[in-house]
Amino acid sequence: MFDPFLQRAVLAGLALVLICGPLGSVMVWRRMAYFGDALSHSALLGVAVGFVIGVAPHISIVVLCVGAAVLITILEQQRKIAVDTLLGILSHSALAFGLVAVSLLAGPRFDLIAYLFGDILSVTWSDLAWIYGGVAVAFTLLIAMWSRLLAVTVHEDLARVEGAPVVWVRLAYMVLIAIVIAVAMRVVGVLLVTALMIIPAAAARAGAMSPEAMAIRASIIGAVAVIGGLLASYTWDTPAGPSIITAASVMFFVSYALPRRV
Amino acid sequence: MDQILLKLSHIRKRFGDRTVLDGADLSVAAGQVVTVIGPNGGGKSTLVRIALGLIEPDAGEVFRASNLRIGYVPQKVAIDPLMPITVERFLRLRPGVKRSDCRDVLRLVGIEDLWNAPVQTLSGGEFQRTLLARALLGKPQLLVLDEPVQGVDLAGQVALYRLIGSLKNQTGCGVLMVSHDLHLVMSATDQVICLNGHVCCSGAPQTVRQDPAYRKLFGVEADAIALYTHDHTHDHTHDHGHDHSHDHGHDHTHHPAQQQEDQSNV
Repeated sequence: MFDPFLQRAVLAGLALVLICGPLGSVMVWRRMAYFGDALSHSALLGVAVGFVIGVAPHISIVVLCVGAAVLITILEQQRKIAVDTLLGILSHSALAFGLVAVSLLAGPRFDLIAYLFGDILSVTWSDLAWIYGGVAVAFTLLIAMWSRLLAVTVHEDLARVEGAPVVWVRLAYMVLIAIVIAVAMRVVGVLLVTALMIIPAAAARAGAMSPEAMAIRASIIGAVAVIGGLLASYTWDTPAGPSIITAASVMFFVSYALPRRV
Repeated sequence: MDQILLKLSHIRKRFGDRTVLDGADLSVAAGQVVTVIGPNGGGKSTLVRIALGLIEPDAGEVFRASNLRIGYVPQKVAIDPLMPITVERFLRLRPGVKRSDCRDVLRLVGIEDLWNAPVQTLSGGEFQRTLLARALLGKPQLLVLDEPVQGVDLAGQVALYRLIGSLKNQTGCGVLMVSHDLHLVMSATDQVICLNGHVCCSGAPQTVRQDPAYRKLFGVEADAIALYTHDHTHDHTHDHGHDHSHDHGHDHTHHPAQQQEDQSNV
């Protein structure tokens, strides 16, 4: 009954929320939402760089996001500026640089809105292959490092004394975020990627008794948001990416208003 | 002499323009409790982090017994309220820990009933016990405790120090503790190290208490404690007017229960 473009949209969205659930939960626990924003805003610059050197934008986005993450980490450790100020500066300058760069390079025909807010309804089979490939790599990496990641999230020094390779775990987590940003750009765009990670995660907190339970709930809530948002978009002709995030937000506020909070 | 577990010699450490440690020394033997006290910014936590190998000193020597197993209770553990995690799951963040191990260490610290409680619902004392339990999981030869009684009420502090003492007696481990609390910690300690960039004075608690360097560093607070110990001695020994101006040499061992009672009088 549904058009193939809608089927591809659902497939793309579901793959994405599978990884965004656990990854976003960790982002919330580590209080890194602004960090995630700064990385996703660098993605536009990645598109421009990929355009110039002629590689697939997914690859250049991952490289640029990891570079931005390392830069932020180094600047953070110098402690010359408060972290929120630093992230605010980097996040918005990355976005501004990216906008200027793509407009110079790609010319007026470039569909900027699709990069900013995603264009899930125009996802092609080849996009879908990139998304599933990226999610498979990210998911495998995440499963492999999950328990170490949790330990480092709770307390870095304690994890280090217990033998965790803290620097590598942190770097690997940044790479994971970068991969997800790269494949999510076609779906929800650079401005809404972080929302797809943290809103379902925050909505999943109520009633969850373990980190894993919250991560799984976050993925399920994300899946409901994808399907609900796409249905709304199909029915009322609203933009798909923002509709998905709207659905997730509604679920967050409902879960927040529910009486039983642990 | 018991086996030396940890020995730091002539440690120097700078952060930017600020010299935090300027020739600090420290050693902990098996079965010994060493407490580092000193003002904020005096380098206590830095020294502990160097002892743990979390940061490298700019100069000086760090000796750790070979294959030393260290249990660590960090100073600030703030678990985000959005992270659902029970006491047992928190303990099992340490790799290779089994459920039965968790039960054993929780029994040791006296909170076995709380294994399934979310950590955010614990009281200050219960949370510090949870941290102690996690430190005990590795069967440590050396416990490193950074402000182990923070956020705990007075009665709870006494109980925690008593627990640390009994854990030490049961396992024979050495204990390196950081505290800014002056009086309570004294009774549970074999050696006090007074740190303000360098070691101002060190020795048995009753010796350090009378050291001019110690009194200079802690000023009013040290006098208050001298007053308090003086009063205490009076109640039990003599019966005449007070004289706070001279230093007393009373050998004065506190018993935890007695001390708890004393605290309520201060």
